[in-house]
Amino acid sequence: MKTPTRTLGIVSTVAGLALLAGCASGDPLESGASGEQETIVVGSQDYYSNEIIAEIYAQALESAGYEVQRDFRIGQREAYLPEIEAGRIDLFPEYTGPLLLVWEPDTAGGTAEEIYDALVEAAPDGLRVLDQSDASDQDSYVVTRDFAEQYGVTTIADLASVPVPITLGGNSEGENRPIGPAGLKSTYGVDVAFTPIEDGGGPLTVKALLDNQVQLAVIYTASPSMASADLVALEDPDGFMLASHVVPIASDKLDDTAAALIDKISAAMSAADLVALNTESVETQAPAATIATAWLASHADDLQ
Amino acid sequence: MNWVAANLAQVMALLFAHIAITIPAIVLSVAVAVPLGRLAHASGRARGSILATTGVLYAIPSLPLLIVIPIVFGLPLRSPATMIIALTVYGVAMLARSAADAFAAVPPDAVTVATATGHTPAGRFLHVELPLAMPVLIAGTRVVAMSTIGLATIGALIGIPSLGSLLTDGFQRGIAAEVATGIVLTLVLAAVVDGALWLTGRVSQPWSHIVRETRSASL
Amino acid sequence: MNLVGETLLWLADPLHWTGPDGIPTRLAQHVGLTVVVIAIASAIALPIGAWMGHTRRGEVTIATLVNGSRALPTLGLVTLFALWLGIGVRAPIIALVILAVPSIVAATYSGISSASRPAVEAARALGHTSWQTLSRIEAPLAMPTIGGGLQSALLQVVATATIAAYVADVGLGRYIFAGLKSRDYPEMLAGSVLVILLALVVTAAAAGVGRLYRRLTNPERTPE
Repeated sequence: MKTPTRTLGIVSTVAGLALLAGCASGDPLESGASGEQETIVVGSQDYYSNEIIAEIYAQALESAGYEVQRDFRIGQREAYLPEIEAGRIDLFPEYTGPLLLVWEPDTAGGTAEEIYDALVEAAPDGLRVLDQSDASDQDSYVVTRDFAEQYGVTTIADLASVPVPITLGGNSEGENRPIGPAGLKSTYGVDVAFTPIEDGGGPLTVKALLDNQVQLAVIYTASPSMASADLVALEDPDGFMLASHVVPIASDKLDDTAAALIDKISAAMSAADLVALNTESVETQAPAATIATAWLASHADDLQ
Repeated sequence: MNWVAANLAQVMALLFAHIAITIPAIVLSVAVAVPLGRLAHASGRARGSILATTGVLYAIPSLPLLIVIPIVFGLPLRSPATMIIALTVYGVAMLARSAADAFAAVPPDAVTVATATGHTPAGRFLHVELPLAMPVLIAGTRVVAMSTIGLATIGALIGIPSLGSLLTDGFQRGIAAEVATGIVLTLVLAAVVDGALWLTGRVSQPWSHIVRETRSASL
Repeated sequence: MNLVGETLLWLADPLHWTGPDGIPTRLAQHVGLTVVVIAIASAIALPIGAWMGHTRRGEVTIATLVNGSRALPTLGLVTLFALWLGIGVRAPIIALVILAVPSIVAATYSGISSASRPAVEAARALGHTSWQTLSRIEAPLAMPTIGGGLQSALLQVVATATIAAYVADVGLGRYIFAGLKSRDYPEMLAGSVLVILLALVVTAAAAGVGRLYRRLTNPERTPE
């Protein structure tokens, strides 16, 4: 009976190889994801807009001759920040306000400049906060235009006087964050129920708003849905939502040349640019790589 | 499918990532479950505890298992090895009972004859029991392969790239074509692996062509 | 281990037992979702499986569908239908029904078609119509197999109903997703412990129902 033995032999060999392959790729070494010293690990959130920005960084670094490893779509801040702080990620596009809230929960807030300065101060050792960009992608509380007109709400504070019960829709992690229901209550005295919608302010959130399944939603200012679905972002006079400019967080592995390049990218990216990038992603459904390449090409002069 | 054409590189990369975590898991599941099943068959007491344990393992929801494994094994959270181990756990849970039944289906006479003709226990296992248990083992492995390939998509929820990443990205951007691509490719991969396993079954049992029976093993 | 302790603490916290996000509510939602899915899936699958089993047609189709449904990613179906239907339970229900139907069809087919041939032929000889043969002979003989199929479908739905929480605010899966997103591991593990316990309880209950049924329909007890 040679065949079964042969089969068994093949199976064992494959199993052995698979085991080796599995061990090799699952290398539990804490320091850096690859063995090379020169490789820069660029990470991104599990958010398509953030992925585009990270891809722009990655491609720019590659054109400048650096070795880049992409580690995209890691998750939410709770998931990736520990990895950044542990030095496993070398470059990551973050947002000033929300990150400051994590590193300094009792921050007084303030203008965009003040928040940036506070962020630089609060950054842990081993991490550098590069220049912030004009591009910003802010959490904002959003209602439909109909809702705004019917109840006359223009600011978040107005929500407190709305007679109907309000349900807030947003990502799960938003429920426990300072800008979630608890913060709404303490800063503006607004009571909201919470319903989780895990698409980062995407199409399901918009649909839920339009279907009146939720009355209030967290949608990012750079989202294409704001314009396309005629949504109203509520004003935030108490500075409840901190300014949220795109800011690259870098480890010490990034040399000055690379940092300067990234700073140029930040300077070249305007707020309108980010909205355009996101719109393009949703409308053309192109992958982040394509959109990033196009943006870099059209801004080649700014990056010299 | 315009979307697929425009995103072919990304899709292919995710397909390979998916294969890289599922194939090792399937192979490992077989490598662990077959001996385990043989053990369960041999010893009545072992059978009870092995099957009870695997039954409970099967009920564990996949997401938490993916989080617990790195903690227990000290692996980085998003390492592909985490996924492979988790998938193997489910694979073993599914296959162990099947394997035990497979060995139970081996005619005791064949085993007796093998011993009588001087086979060592190992030789008996390799040359007699395993081949005779093959049909049920192959059927069980096909089931495990299907489930593993489908389950691997969950990894996308914790940042492990796979075809599941097409599902979460499509969800975020509202691109139904992307979600559909993820589903279809998973099914296609499963069909290919299933076909390969079926072929392995045919090749390893040349005598099965002769026997004409309604095969209800696939149900 | 610290994590185990924290999970137990989470479960013991009385705050987690009250309110719309409390364990009783989530448990009820989870069970309700499971029941609805099994009911709809059975309503679809039992007739189809019974007819196919009775006419002994379509075995290959069933096998293919059952295999395929194993590889079908639950997450994919749920997100696809959610994109179409929005948040809420409708999308998960459709997805879970699609996943449960094939295995119930297969078990029904298997049970009905393997009803003892002599009994079926005797029924035909006695002039039973197809429907009578099916309902009086094949179905009762098939009950154990069908019951087994329903039991495993039940277990499968209880486990995969956790995914429903990705697009709807229902079920024990909420603890898992909320814990996952905020990296609140005790919450996540507590949620999974609850799902496992529910699965075990449901399995035991189903087995109990099966035993009860067998006792009630035991031919030796039927007065002749």
